[in-house]
Amino acid sequence: MTFSPELEARFEKLLTSYPPGRQRSALIPMLLYAQDEVGSVSDEVIDEVARRIGVTPLQVNEVLSYYTMLHRKPMGKYHVQVCTNISCLLNGGDKLWEHVCKRLDLGNKEVTEDGQISIEEVECMGACSWAPAIQVNYDFHHFVTPEKLDEILDGLRKKQ
Amino acid sequence: MLYNEPSPLETRVLTRRFGIPNAASIDVYLATEGYQAFLKAARMKPEEIIEEVKISNLRGRGGAGFPTGMKWSFVPRSSPKPKYIVVNGDEGEPGTCKDRVLIENDPHQLIEGVLIAGLAVDAHAGYVYIRGEYRYLIEALEKAIGEAYAKGWLGKNIQGTGFDFDLYAHTGAGSYECGEESALLESLEGKRGVPRIRPPFPAVVGAFQCPTVLNNVETYCAVPAILRDGGAAFAALGLPKAGGTKMTCLSGHVNKPGVYELPLGFPVMKMINEVGGGIRGGRKLKAMIPGGSSCPVLTAAECEGATMDYDSMAGRKTMLGSGGVIILDDQTCMVKAAMRLMRFYSHESCGWCIPCREGTTWLRKILVRFHEGGGTRTDIDLIGDIAKNMLGRTFCPLGDAAAMPTIAFVEKFREEFEDHLNGKPCPYENATHLVTA
Repeated sequence: MTFSPELEARFEKLLTSYPPGRQRSALIPMLLYAQDEVGSVSDEVIDEVARRIGVTPLQVNEVLSYYTMLHRKPMGKYHVQVCTNISCLLNGGDKLWEHVCKRLDLGNKEVTEDGQISIEEVECMGACSWAPAIQVNYDFHHFVTPEKLDEILDGLRKKQ
Repeated sequence: MLYNEPSPLETRVLTRRFGIPNAASIDVYLATEGYQAFLKAARMKPEEIIEEVKISNLRGRGGAGFPTGMKWSFVPRSSPKPKYIVVNGDEGEPGTCKDRVLIENDPHQLIEGVLIAGLAVDAHAGYVYIRGEYRYLIEALEKAIGEAYAKGWLGKNIQGTGFDFDLYAHTGAGSYECGEESALLESLEGKRGVPRIRPPFPAVVGAFQCPTVLNNVETYCAVPAILRDGGAAFAALGLPKAGGTKMTCLSGHVNKPGVYELPLGFPVMKMINEVGGGIRGGRKLKAMIPGGSSCPVLTAAECEGATMDYDSMAGRKTMLGSGGVIILDDQTCMVKAAMRLMRFYSHESCGWCIPCREGTTWLRKILVRFHEGGGTRTDIDLIGDIAKNMLGRTFCPLGDAAAMPTIAFVEKFREEFEDHLNGKPCPYENATHLVTA
């Protein structure tokens, strides 16, 4: 399996960032960066990362099932994550979540038919003082209202 | 960038460069006394550095509040093994968003703090573990690390001091548990984030089975100021047993939520009413979670006379924690708050210890049912019983973190639990407080 030159460079750096014999430390970053490029942690990604690090695919599977940001199935091109934890909840995060579910007619971790947008109800993402917050892929949006959320979703549709 | 206006009531030590254009760049850092503390430390003996940190009364800012200088002194300098500096930037405690602004606005301050820790314990490599959601911060930190290498503040023979140090940013991938120090080390080694049995503590057997200093982002960020201005000056900002300032993340029902740097011992009511601009919508304070969701809630009455420091909070059977102050107004449903937090803990329990894995799941089921109006009278005591049976029975503090606030919610707001027993959905649910302004 081949990756983009940027990702190859990142992998190369990761594999030399840890003490000798400890390249397994690169596993979780490699899976996350590969997912960003490939769209999910596919069987091929697992095999390839396992080979490069020198562990078995089973060991990779064991680790990846622990981390909530690693997905075995592709999420949408734009993954909309709505926090409903305490600080966001106190500011209407749960209403935002209901709003996005209704608006897109999707449930948690479901993807629109065209594969463009997926939604996920997430735990605290570290934006408590600027709640309620959402993340679209890695981009934070703070003080989100249902109206603002609609604007963000409309913007994503236009970007396609 | 800053996401909220600073407050005039802040004591700006760690945030002193915030707001300066290009504050995150090495040029601005160097022009504002940056890396001078490192140069000073490089001329000192390691034990003198540790002594200065001890004098500062700096205590760990991640939540546990362990004295930092003492932690550093536990690292066996004479060990033939390499030593490591690990930075906990996993920041997952609900209510906490301070490490984010520290890394974003002044990454070199963190790097300098790490370098000084390296000098103190004879470490020559460090890892900054940042939660996966903070991808932009990993990029920002990698940029800063690149600048530091380019200008000779990282790498071999830093500024002719003969001291070598390499620093790496390392991403997590979604796990609250990895903010716990031993789980973080497992994750750093490419494994599931389950806690290690201690002792041995990370100071002796940490990253890669080697002696390791592991502190929170904010703790390292305080170190340059301590070396630069002296431990005594830092200590004097706070209280006798708790020196310096604390990054405080105000969230919930206040008019001016935001991250503020306040001296240890700042009065709680002044923080809510003056820094936070009071309770939103002219409503009243019902309760405050003082240091992130794991800290038992305080009633409005308990907030009176309280100060933001370790002892004042301990005296009220709660904790200063990570500085995540969550304000709840008089229309908040406390059953819902307890339920939502338990959903979080049951989601994040790593499953290693049975009391935590089963306890959080059981409590979540009861609290969800209870909040929806399907509770029974015996549930109220059952919730408290289950939580008390989790306390102290797990390898890491996640079990306690789930149990302690739950016990407090039930004990302090029992009448709200009683109110939910009429078989109808939450009697507080139609209150307007959950709709954003």
